[in-house]
Amino acid sequence: MSKLPTASERFIQGILPENPVYRQLLGLCPTLAVTNGLKPALTMAMAVGMVLLCANVIISLIRGLLKPHLRIVAFTLTIATFVTIVDRALSAYMYPMSKTLGPYIPLIIVNCIIICRCEVCASRQGPLAAAGDALGQSLGFGLALASIAMVRELLGTGMLLGIPILPDVWPPWVIMVLPPGAFLTFGLLLAGVNWIRAWRSNQPQRGN
Amino acid sequence: MAYLFDIFLIALGAALINNFVFYYFVGICPFIGVSRQVDMAVGMGSAVTFVMIIAVFISWTITSLVLVQGAPVSSWVAGFFMAKEQAAKIDLTILSYIVYIFSISSSVQFVEMYMRKFYPPLYKSFGVFLPLITTNCAILFACLTVMSKIVGVENPAEAWDLGRALALGIFGGVGFTIAIVIMAGIREELDLCDIPAPFKGAAITLIVGGILSMAFMGFVGVDSGIRTALM
Repeated sequence: MSKLPTASERFIQGILPENPVYRQLLGLCPTLAVTNGLKPALTMAMAVGMVLLCANVIISLIRGLLKPHLRIVAFTLTIATFVTIVDRALSAYMYPMSKTLGPYIPLIIVNCIIICRCEVCASRQGPLAAAGDALGQSLGFGLALASIAMVRELLGTGMLLGIPILPDVWPPWVIMVLPPGAFLTFGLLLAGVNWIRAWRSNQPQRGN
Repeated sequence: MAYLFDIFLIALGAALINNFVFYYFVGICPFIGVSRQVDMAVGMGSAVTFVMIIAVFISWTITSLVLVQGAPVSSWVAGFFMAKEQAAKIDLTILSYIVYIFSISSSVQFVEMYMRKFYPPLYKSFGVFLPLITTNCAILFACLTVMSKIVGVENPAEAWDLGRALALGIFGGVGFTIAIVIMAGIREELDLCDIPAPFKGAAITLIVGGILSMAFMGFVGVDSGIRTALM
């Protein structure tokens, strides 16, 4: 059996090489839905990170007890418990934001990122590696969400976090904050990431 | 008449105006992953519609009978342990997410086993998609929408009944099928095109999805237009 990555390797991998959104194409539903502004995107990334961290650690602690055919059910029930906690906390302390995010907070339960990380990492490794993996993946998810949200909010309203950035003569591209803008922005950014990867993997060959 | 009209507007809204894929972005994963061939897309769409109807039925029943404040079953059970006035105030909505996801996954598992045993041809046509869609966002989203129409409303008479909930489930699934089949048809053609290398795969699918989403934005306002025209 090959050696599994350690906690710090898991952490580094999650940020760019195995970025959940751009490389694995997981968790696309919140990626497209809440990125019409930077603030909801960051809140969403924080909520997902919280749930991912708790669920990963708990699953890796009970990984010896899980039966193979029941593990997905155990994953979803654990995740659902933490999502309920996060949802209640958000509506207690950040009520307007929880109204904005609406159904997308409970939809974290069926977010593929968390189930995938429980399956790939937490059900095989100890709690430390699972925590490192969760932090790395949620940081990668947050970066991806922030990159999309920044483009959409800047072009769509000329503002970032509600602060005007672009001059008044800038015509706001309303389409960017509407649903089609999400598809277009993410499609173009994904193509850009693919292009950079292809370019970088060609670099060493040219040097030789 | 007003009731039928209401059902019609809910159906139109779920299928076209607020399409699950193009407006709410739920069920994007199969939209990107599975929609490569039209016949596969039809199988996936019908499986999602089928599960969505079951899930909406179960979630409506559980929400209105057990979870919501003053629900008949929970207050009847609580009546054995506490005073009547207290029992009527029992509110179990905090459990809703866990209950929904558990009932969806167990009912999907059950339907899959039943179908494999008794209807092998049907299982062959769309049963293989069933385990995949347990964790499909669209199913849970339909349940949550039904919940928000029962739990959030101030006036109990305005809470959705089973007919409205089922209309949302059926036509939400139909809207999902429409989206995924259109996309599959376009992707079959895209295979023959010369796409720049970085755009191959998911990126071009997303951009085509964006253009389709713009087309579906043309339906915005149709429901209020019909409402003012007929009422």
